[in-house]
Amino acid sequence: MLLRHTSEKIQERKALTINPAKTCQPIGAMYAALGIHGCMPHSHGSQGCCSYHRSTLTRHYKEPVMSGTSSFTEGASVFGGQANLVQAIDNLFTIYDPQVIAVHTTCLSETIGDDIPQIVSKAKDSGKVPEGKHVIHCNTPSYVGSHVTGYANMVKAMVTYFAQNSGDKNETINLICGWVEPSDMREIKRLSQMLNTQIILFPDTSNVLDAPQTGKLQFYPKGGTTVDQLTKAGDSKYSIGLGKFSTEDAAKEMDSRCGVPFSVLDVPIGLSATDRFIMEMAKVTGNKIPDEITDERGRLVDMITDMQQYLYGKRVALWGDPDTIIPLTEFLVDLEMKPVYIVSGTPGKYFEKRITEIAGDRVEGLKVKGGSCADMFLMHQWIKNEPVDLLIGNTYGKYIARDEDIPLLRMGFPIMDRVGHSCFPRVGYNGSMRILEGILGCLMDRLDRDAPEESFELVM
Amino acid sequence: MKKVINNGNKLKGDILEKYPTKVARKRSKSFVVNDPDNPPEIQANVRTVPGILTQRGCCYAGCKGVVLGPTRDIINLTHGPIGCGFYSWLTRRNQTRTGPEDDNYMTYCFSTDMQDENIVFGGEKKLRQAIQEAYDLFHPKAIAIFSTCPVGLIGDDVHAISREMKEKLGINVFGFSCEGYKGVSQSAGHHIANNQIFKHVVGQNNEEVEGKFKINLLGEYNIGGDSFVIENLLERCGITLVSTYSGNSTIDQFEQSHMADLNCIMCHRSINYVADMMETKFGIPWIKVNFIGADATAKSLRKIAQYFDDKKLMAKVEKVIEEEMVAVEQTIKEVKPRLEGKKVMLFVGGSRAHHYQYLFSEVGMVTVAAGYEFAHRDDYEGRKVLPYIKVDADSRNIEELTVEPDPERYRPRKTEEELKQLEKKGFTLRDYEGMIPEMESGSLVIDDISQYETEVLIEKYKPAVFCAGIKEKYIIQKMGVPLKQLHSYDYGGPFAGFIGAINFFKDIDRMVNTRVWALVKAPWSEEGVEDNCLIDADYVSEVA
Ligand code: SF4
Ligand code: SF4
Repeated sequence: MLLRHTSEKIQERKALTINPAKTCQPIGAMYAALGIHGCMPHSHGSQGCCSYHRSTLTRHYKEPVMSGTSSFTEGASVFGGQANLVQAIDNLFTIYDPQVIAVHTTCLSETIGDDIPQIVSKAKDSGKVPEGKHVIHCNTPSYVGSHVTGYANMVKAMVTYFAQNSGDKNETINLICGWVEPSDMREIKRLSQMLNTQIILFPDTSNVLDAPQTGKLQFYPKGGTTVDQLTKAGDSKYSIGLGKFSTEDAAKEMDSRCGVPFSVLDVPIGLSATDRFIMEMAKVTGNKIPDEITDERGRLVDMITDMQQYLYGKRVALWGDPDTIIPLTEFLVDLEMKPVYIVSGTPGKYFEKRITEIAGDRVEGLKVKGGSCADMFLMHQWIKNEPVDLLIGNTYGKYIARDEDIPLLRMGFPIMDRVGHSCFPRVGYNGSMRILEGILGCLMDRLDRDAPEESFELVM
Repeated sequence: MKKVINNGNKLKGDILEKYPTKVARKRSKSFVVNDPDNPPEIQANVRTVPGILTQRGCCYAGCKGVVLGPTRDIINLTHGPIGCGFYSWLTRRNQTRTGPEDDNYMTYCFSTDMQDENIVFGGEKKLRQAIQEAYDLFHPKAIAIFSTCPVGLIGDDVHAISREMKEKLGINVFGFSCEGYKGVSQSAGHHIANNQIFKHVVGQNNEEVEGKFKINLLGEYNIGGDSFVIENLLERCGITLVSTYSGNSTIDQFEQSHMADLNCIMCHRSINYVADMMETKFGIPWIKVNFIGADATAKSLRKIAQYFDDKKLMAKVEKVIEEEMVAVEQTIKEVKPRLEGKKVMLFVGGSRAHHYQYLFSEVGMVTVAAGYEFAHRDDYEGRKVLPYIKVDADSRNIEELTVEPDPERYRPRKTEEELKQLEKKGFTLRDYEGMIPEMESGSLVIDDISQYETEVLIEKYKPAVFCAGIKEKYIIQKMGVPLKQLHSYDYGGPFAGFIGAINFFKDIDRMVNTRVWALVKAPWSEEGVEDNCLIDADYVSEVA
């Protein structure tokens, strides 16, 4: 048993987190920043944080992840990191020539209280920021929120620093994208095109974190939302935020700075959430929903009707980020599965409330916890008390899967031991079909494995 | 010695030109062209220049991640916000083998997950409570506390709390002030880990250990099962391994490790401190060994046998080497024609960039450039430079323990006379020659290499394989050069000992000669589509 010390007896914990279902803010800010074209993320703190964040993103995406660091040592920690950041800005522009440097703080620089805008203006005054280049920033103390919060903060910074209302409004819709994979972002663009809608998607990590192998290193791959697009986003007609936790702040900021009205939806994962996304897009543009989209939806529903017997009543445990777990829970409930145990380390009352609304009276024995000590250890203890049929979450779930002999569908962050998550979408109707395919694959492999020889089926 | 690179100085100049003047001046001293007859002085263990995209990590990573991470039965509790604990959770591939009943906490991640209010009002209360909760849940033998950046800033006293909880719970509880910003790299964390283990664990159990030839293996972390291979070899030779620091290890073994008669150091950088301290306090001499590479492994085994000066042991060692070398030689014969003369670059760790050069040289591959992420000058130039190393402010903040011979337990393992005899026979005790003397003339040695420098080196030299870590992996591979991860081994291995050498040769042969690199260019990118993609018309009609 790999997790041999996990006991059935649940004892309340107030201070100790064991096997967390979240990580820290800067990694989210770094990921979001990579969704700006020509952007070099920069971590203002000691270099260990930057190294950890780059490593984890690299393991997940299997792609180059560049980022500068202010490389604090003890001196900077006492006297402040101004000199380090100014020097870093100088070096990054001189050596690596980015369009944008996106600075985020770490626990260290937050605790000592470095004032980033003041330092950046100092760098500007001393001529370290070339004409036409930008330095943006956000604060990402890791003792607040989670990696999702860091993502949200950097997305908001994109609005704060770039969006401008020129007074000349156009028909463009801003799609502010929650933390999903590059493939998902690509799928959202494809759906928008089918809906005949001019959009600005930000951030956009497609073609950045799934760049092709060409034998030549593209330091800044061709993807990413351009500064020009981010600037023009202020002239758009409407903003749709996808994922409350990761985009609501940015959508609000866009409204208050540039007067762009907005709505915040769930990330379009699963049938209902995709329905809402498509309808909202149609509503704000006045465009008709094309038959191709209705057909895509129909194919998803067809697969569900065909396979109902394998899904009905199956118990599922899931963990990860609220913006993806909320629509995923809804999808599971739509499939008449039973998402019984749900944890997310990301704090925020909305999460538990929303999950309870979605699943509450349709899932008997629902246990949901977000925030402090809502960790995988607790979820594992729940499973020990009453098992589930399926696990859905990141790579760290493989230990529970093996110990308890429960199939695992990998979804979320980080996934370090499989590929596909960054290449094949899981949003939209097509993406939902892929989730369903994954779920059924897990459950049917299991049936096959456990079936006595006489009832081993050829056709399922 | 042949010159592998003739224009090293020119290349260096070209690279430095891109930097702002002050940065160029600084980097210049960490970038040397080798001349083994006149070994150059290199600048190492100095601050990384902000913004140059470094390979380095931090003090916490060196302490918790490297040294304490592989110990299976200590609860390693990270005191800080969630990130640091999360990222060091299972990511170093430290393997361990336990009985079903044994404690093993390596699969768990423990954190105090500090929140805003802990930063404002202090996190001591939460830490105390977390230790209590960990104890109530698991009843471990020991709990170790690791401080992260904010802990040092707000001044939580992890040592006082450890003492208090040790008293209260009656188990060993000890803390590490390994805040990320200490020192200039992981190296500071290694040192802090060594100190605290020495203070709080080593020597806690004076029970005799059975065995005639008793050694500790230091600086071997059991990545990909390396320790298992070495354990097996030692056992077959009749050598008793008291403790490994710290691959596949337990706290009981640490507590008894002062009962050994010899300390054998693999990774000099991360662990030499404990070896020195054990010699002073308990009288155990140390030698540098290396189990990476078949020749190196054979040499190291012989060296251990020579130290114990026992005929039977020597014979057994020779027999094991003979048995093992058959398969090694066969593999070399097979792969060498495909690998010989190819160029290698290694930029990794604080010993591996040296050790792995042996493996490459056994199949005729040439190391044209190498460097460490967090070494000190002695790792490059040898311990003879120790007296000349300037200690700067960042290192001065790391505690140096003053160690005295233990009044009861100090026991010299060899008499002065015996030691002299050994040295007369060319045996080197307490020494490490460093990497530079063993590298070819004209090769480049670069400390704390930056992303930009890496890129230029690759463009200029087009090496057949580049060795580094996960952050570099896909950057280099996008340039069409295979990268071998020498921290995680690309989830392969083991690479230690004889069997490890075979594994490694096969891996490198595959990486260097795989067909996929030839597939990178689309067939239509150079020649016309018609020539390449259309099926020959004759063929079509034939089939029809
Ligand atoms: S929790 Fe803080 S100190 Fe740790 S890795 Fe994250 S930002 Fe860095
Ligand atoms: S070889 Fe390197 S990576 Fe490994 S422990 Fe030593 S210093 Fe660290």
